[in-house]
Amino acid sequence: MRYLPKSPADREAMLKAIGVRSIDDLFSPIPAEYRLNRDLKVPRQMAESEIVGWFRERSRENGDGYSTFLGAGAYYHYRPVIIDSLISRGEFLTAYTPYQAEISQGTLQSIFEFQTMICELTGMVVANASMYDGSTAAAEAVMMAVRLTGRRSVVIARSVHPEYREVLATYAWHQGMPLATAAFAENGRLNLKELEKAITPDTACVLIQSPNFFGTIEDVAAIAEIAHKGGAMLVVSIAEAVSLGIVEPPRQADVIAMEAQSFGVPLGFGGPYCGVIATREQYVRQMPGRLVGQTTDKHGKRGFVLTLATREQHIRREKATSNICTNQALVALMANIFMTIYGKIGMRELAKQNLAKTAYAAEQLGKSAKLLLNGAPRFNEFVVQTTEDPYAINGRLLGHKIVGGLPLKKFYPELGNAALWCCTELTTRSVIDTAAGLVAESERSLRSRKEADITEEVAR
Amino acid sequence: MKHITRKATRHVNQNEGLIFEKSSAGKTAWRLPPLDVPEVDSAKLLGTAERKDLGSMPEVSEIEIIRHFTRLSTWNYAIDLGMYPLGSCTMKYNPRVNEVVSRLEGLANGHPYQPEKISQGALRIIKTLSDCLTEITGMEAITLQPAAGAHGELTGLLMVRAYHQSIGDPRKKVLIPDSAHGTNPATAAMVGYSVENLKSNARGMVDTAALTAQMNEDVAALMLTNPNTLGVFEQEIHKIAGILHAKGGLLYMDGANMNALVGKVRPGDFGVDVMHLNLHKTFSTPHGGGGPGCGPVAVKQILEPFLPKPVVITKPDGTLGFEYNRPMSVGRVRAFYGNFGMFVRALAYTLANGPDGLRQTTEDAVLNANYIRKGLEGVYDLPYSTPTMHEVVFSDKLQAKKGVKTGDIAKRLIDYGFHPYTVSFPLIVHGALMIEPTESESKEELDLFIEAMRSIAAEVEEDPQTVLDAPHSTRVSRLDEVGAARKPVLRWKPAV
Repeated sequence: MRYLPKSPADREAMLKAIGVRSIDDLFSPIPAEYRLNRDLKVPRQMAESEIVGWFRERSRENGDGYSTFLGAGAYYHYRPVIIDSLISRGEFLTAYTPYQAEISQGTLQSIFEFQTMICELTGMVVANASMYDGSTAAAEAVMMAVRLTGRRSVVIARSVHPEYREVLATYAWHQGMPLATAAFAENGRLNLKELEKAITPDTACVLIQSPNFFGTIEDVAAIAEIAHKGGAMLVVSIAEAVSLGIVEPPRQADVIAMEAQSFGVPLGFGGPYCGVIATREQYVRQMPGRLVGQTTDKHGKRGFVLTLATREQHIRREKATSNICTNQALVALMANIFMTIYGKIGMRELAKQNLAKTAYAAEQLGKSAKLLLNGAPRFNEFVVQTTEDPYAINGRLLGHKIVGGLPLKKFYPELGNAALWCCTELTTRSVIDTAAGLVAESERSLRSRKEADITEEVAR
Repeated sequence: MKHITRKATRHVNQNEGLIFEKSSAGKTAWRLPPLDVPEVDSAKLLGTAERKDLGSMPEVSEIEIIRHFTRLSTWNYAIDLGMYPLGSCTMKYNPRVNEVVSRLEGLANGHPYQPEKISQGALRIIKTLSDCLTEITGMEAITLQPAAGAHGELTGLLMVRAYHQSIGDPRKKVLIPDSAHGTNPATAAMVGYSVENLKSNARGMVDTAALTAQMNEDVAALMLTNPNTLGVFEQEIHKIAGILHAKGGLLYMDGANMNALVGKVRPGDFGVDVMHLNLHKTFSTPHGGGGPGCGPVAVKQILEPFLPKPVVITKPDGTLGFEYNRPMSVGRVRAFYGNFGMFVRALAYTLANGPDGLRQTTEDAVLNANYIRKGLEGVYDLPYSTPTMHEVVFSDKLQAKKGVKTGDIAKRLIDYGFHPYTVSFPLIVHGALMIEPTESESKEELDLFIEAMRSIAAEVEEDPQTVLDAPHSTRVSRLDEVGAARKPVLRWKPAV
């Protein structure tokens, strides 16, 4: 086996040094009746060239070469090449968690920079070194609010990503946390009257997403006021991090639970991504996940360490703020490099291109089909309602190597033939025009068929 | 240094400040293509939601970013540089073909919501890895959705909870041995169970008499790591499973140490009902300074209905798809399908090994741990003489007489060119040195490690202060952790 650095003679010498006759002697603690006396039924050992060949085939079967209008929590942005050059360095890629600070300063300093930039972008005072993803970060942020307020129930906007809501429901299930949902209004924003009604003296927090699942930017200030008036905290989930370049961050939030996938992390069929929790200073000791802090060594030199570990499972065991151990450090490093590349000016320009592409696409698609949940400011997503089932339209788009917007029936049956479309800086005008053309064709043919039916009926 | 350090030599490395300290207005590392659609007025589109300023985000050039992160990287120790004997956590070699295949266009850019018709490649990878892991563990069904080992524990215990509820027998407690990882009790608490501690016997194993006494109809499960954190195989594992099953409890196995078992014995065969795997540890996915992980949960058939949704199924036409209609499911534990990129890497590793490679890997891991044990026995105190599997736990009892603790020996090991072992864990060994070499070490590297550890033991006798002041060769000396926690500085701020 090519990964194993031993010759048969090495193994013999080692067995001899240990004082056993054969390797099986070392496995004698395992009761004989359970020992596996056959080969595992897994594929035979393959050459590297065969492995690459096998995965190439899988890659070809997996949407290779398609343009996409899919977003919904996973965004296709350009990834500058130096991200992979840098994260492929073995000292980053193959290091473990930085428990030994003296030989982990590279990882620790980069996390410290990551925390700084997340704070800068979100308007919060502290940010952790990452969580698994946006969905689990939102669930952990809610549990943090439950601990902080001593209240048990949660109000969730229905415009939060449906899968984030499902994850929260799973986490809440055995913690006895009642969940209430607040509806969205016609303009796609949270219905504030509904929200006011949903908050009770037991509401620990309100969870919203902004830009929300439909791409609409919520009126965070108004929502915060209502939540705080009811004694509840406000948790804001951000699934599209690139929005922070041009959309005012939810500074009125108490906790922000973010998905940083948009910052240079490949779509990768859904993961690994990079969750982050950011919050106000007074809540840091209830925050889950790792934190890196600045300190000095005994000669007064600046250095960085994992800190406030007394919140964590390896110290506090069942009294920890969370069971999280491993986070998404390498993915956070991707995000870190991405934020560094675009920086103060580029982040804004990048976000602006997203805004422009989306405005253009919405206008083009809106010419023939109906834009739903329209009227409030949005970032890079919008909802299009068609006469024809969006699955059928998407079937035809696939023929042009285009993946159309996400049909919403599964998550929001009340919206009928609606689909969630997304544009980023990578969506080209020609793809938008092709897609808009096909949608217009569908609308025209269905409308004329309907008219034909009516004419036929009248004639009869 | 007086003593032998054949492994490492000091060399110059570059100083580097924080990226913010290099920033100055007008430097850029980006360029966008010209816009092919009309420009928009963001103020008009966004109104009061428009952001005006990005504060102290950096402005630097590309070469500065390359140098910045390359310099930082040289301050890290890594498996690519040498042995990383961080017991229970550790890593094996991370094969580079894994990185190459995970970056293939269709896999790296596949959107989780793209139609199943054009997702057959990803689905095939999920299916193939699921089948391999089910066979390797001897279990009957699996979910790959959990994002890390601890997340797998959460998922596994949720399923236990759902199972007991479904048969009208909800339970309150989870038993956890005193040698367990901290994530076990933290997870049980998150799932709403109360935690009851289970004492180990004199051989470092579960005390079956104590277990019998503590086991009752309130206990949902025992969370057991096997081999346990002492590197000891629980020889009475089947008896343990029997005691639990007799009273309706389930056996949860923390599979952190599965790398000691692959191809030699299967947890499903010795009575385990539910277990998680840590793909970074047993299946070579990179740990990248703390993640991403991936924590698949394998179960017996009785728990299959409770798997998180969706599950992958083969449809009547032979294609693969996601099944969401799972009324008994515990629900989702993560958006989308889990850390797919890690599935790709773990499968590439499995294919590179095949059945013979996987078995040889396990044998070498156990061989290496025993070789270290033999090489250090007598020099360091061995609190449990029970046979060693993949890791060996010593204590600092002998060195403590000179005032030198496990943490000091660990820091001194850095000067010898090694990453330290796991310090002060498991908790049942006072002053523990938990050493796990993995199969990735050659005899030569192991000999260097043994030599280093023996040399440190000699230093403790002759000149303990050198050890107490270690490390001497790193960029920074021991850092003030107390100060860091007392007055946390968690971000950089511009000078006012």
